[in-house]
Amino acid sequence: MAPLRHLLSIEDLGGAAGIEEVLRLTDSFVEVSERAIPRVPALRGKTVASLFYEDSTRTRLSFEAAAKRLSADTMSFSVSSSSVKKGESLRDTALTIEAMGVDAIVVRHSSSGAPQRVASWVGASVVNAGDGWHEHPTQALLDLYTIRQRLGGLDGRHIAVVGDVKHSRVARSDVLAFTALGATVTLVAPGTLLPPDLTGWPVETSHDLDAVLPNVDVVYLLRMQRERMTEALVPSLREYTARFGLTVRRAGRLADGAIVMHPGPMNRGVEIAPEVADLPASTIVDQVRNGVAVRMAVLYLLLGAGTDRVPTTDALALDPEEPLRRPAEVDA
Amino acid sequence: MRETSLVIKGGRVIDATGARPADVVIDGGRIAAVGPDLSADRVLDAGGCVVAPGLVDLHAHLRQPGLEEAETVETGSRAAALGGFTAVVAMPNTTPAVDSAAVVREVQELGRTALCQVAPAGTITVGRAGTQLAPLAEMAELGVRLFTDDGRGVQDTRLMRRAMEYTTGLPQQVVLAQHCEDEGLAAGGHMHEGEWSSRLGIAGQPAEAEELMVMRDISLARLTGARIHLQHLSTGGSVAMVRAARADRVAVTAEVTPHHLTLTAERCASYDPVFKVNPPLRTDADVAALRAGLADGTVDAIATDHAPHTAEAKEQPFDQAPPGMLGLETALVLALECSGLPLEAVLAHLSWQPAAIAGLAPEHGGPVAEGGAAHLCVIDPEAGWVVDPGASASRSRNSPFAGRPVTGKVRHTVLAGEPVVVDGEAQR
Ligand SMILES: [Zn+2]
Repeated sequence: MAPLRHLLSIEDLGGAAGIEEVLRLTDSFVEVSERAIPRVPALRGKTVASLFYEDSTRTRLSFEAAAKRLSADTMSFSVSSSSVKKGESLRDTALTIEAMGVDAIVVRHSSSGAPQRVASWVGASVVNAGDGWHEHPTQALLDLYTIRQRLGGLDGRHIAVVGDVKHSRVARSDVLAFTALGATVTLVAPGTLLPPDLTGWPVETSHDLDAVLPNVDVVYLLRMQRERMTEALVPSLREYTARFGLTVRRAGRLADGAIVMHPGPMNRGVEIAPEVADLPASTIVDQVRNGVAVRMAVLYLLLGAGTDRVPTTDALALDPEEPLRRPAEVDA
Repeated sequence: MRETSLVIKGGRVIDATGARPADVVIDGGRIAAVGPDLSADRVLDAGGCVVAPGLVDLHAHLRQPGLEEAETVETGSRAAALGGFTAVVAMPNTTPAVDSAAVVREVQELGRTALCQVAPAGTITVGRAGTQLAPLAEMAELGVRLFTDDGRGVQDTRLMRRAMEYTTGLPQQVVLAQHCEDEGLAAGGHMHEGEWSSRLGIAGQPAEAEELMVMRDISLARLTGARIHLQHLSTGGSVAMVRAARADRVAVTAEVTPHHLTLTAERCASYDPVFKVNPPLRTDADVAALRAGLADGTVDAIATDHAPHTAEAKEQPFDQAPPGMLGLETALVLALECSGLPLEAVLAHLSWQPAAIAGLAPEHGGPVAEGGAAHLCVIDPEAGWVVDPGASASRSRNSPFAGRPVTGKVRHTVLAGEPVVVDGEAQR
């Protein structure tokens, strides 16, 4: 795999080999996260800025936790607290942040392609933390990691992605990631919530969730936004739930061992019944937990990895600035 | 004191009547003689070049009044002259819009010192709001011959019918030009809806959003007998409907842009809004259909839709940036390269055919003959160059063709006998 400059799309990882590399690195960082002091010096001296044009406390905190566990300094810019509201162009904002001496910029934006634009203007590495309807690559990587944890692997697995695929950055990244590792993907949605042209997408489509459920290993539910109703994309949330919600009755059609995933935040009672969200088959809590380790792996690949890409023992050693507070048993 | 006479020497003259080698002598703003071995006080060398009637653009946004940081009549007309144009129809979506005699006069006044003739288009509706007819007769009296709400199509079918019925009764022959876009269907779309919009996660506008209005306006033109002109057609379906309507003797003309003849939606994959334009870049099949429409005469004109925007406006994410591209300085060379047509046919689409639609003929686009107006361009068909938006005479830099090597260059442009461009340099 060529050195990774930015992570804007799952495609930047160059297929299965690159994706597997992130997952292997994630294994190391899951181990770090389980330590009493989950911090390593891998990115000491580096600065990671988050530039969020859209509220997403969960994703921002996950990236910041990842950066801190790698001993990077962090800076945080959000729409409300910076000049972006005053009509400053995206380019000016990006250059201003870069001038503060950052090594990576984590960008979240409601416009598809905004991180690509930022990457074209700055020397720092850019990580896409979700852009419009386009992609959310670290979400897809943590989804992959979670599936691998639960099911052992992706190859030959059948995954249903259910709901508002058209407006979903998660779905676009997931389809690329799941199929790259050999899974079969079926998109299940009403015609209004599928992308208008699926040329080049290695997927099947269906409008019948009941028919699909018994044949899948994973059912991945997308968040259904209330505003889709006012756009006449579905007649009502009630009708959406009746046709595409994972109700208790429908969950009964799942094969033994099948898992239920959701990127969060959930609309309990809309795309997923509250009882189903709390079943052991549900991986929603695992997904959040794995998010930090996956983002550590991504930041490490972008900023810390040498040519061999394998974290050095030093990089994963305990943080040398922590010794006074280090509990005795940590090295075990 | 008598003006200096001028001879354009050693070129091949091409106009609507054909091609022949000839020198052209200009005196007092008009053509004094056309023939072999002529002389005059001053010589413009045209060796190896084509001497043609000046180009006429049916569709340029000069942005004045209101958006002078992007373009002015002066800078836009300089870009036009460098591109070989001696006349441009200035779109009326300015601030304020050209929807009254007062604003028409203002643009005409600005045009008096411009480097090409500036013919203001008027709006069809007041403020381009689509609810009330603008004073069409009053503007026609001042010389306006083309009306459009460009940037928007007139959405109200009944109001569009009224506009057509009203203009058929005017003493001047005018044309209603439409930016064909059904806003209900196109709403929120920033690029062509299809494979690439789906992949990139950008809201699309389907080809049908244009085609529905093309279909509607052809129906209304048949109903009312009005002359209509369809602007910047971008889809194969639109061209097919115009072809059928013309076979049916409906009075409809059509234009296409150089960028729709050369670029497709795939270019938006960079998310660079320099490729954002309305109507959007479409598919290879659409490009082929537009070229076929030019070749068989369905499409009358190549028009630039020159749409300057400031750097800041285009330094936003794709869906927040305004649509539009520069076009005046690159139109001829792209048309030569991509239309698949010989030079004679390209000139027909860039000069005498649009001049007739705009009501500017025969002063513009007329034959290069004794007594004719001296609005001329001299083209070196072999000169190679590289498109450099940084060197553009426009105030803006938003050309999607930056870095493209091209062949064919405007060498001189003569406006009413005055050489406004000599050897590729603007003279003022
Ligand atoms: Zn238009």
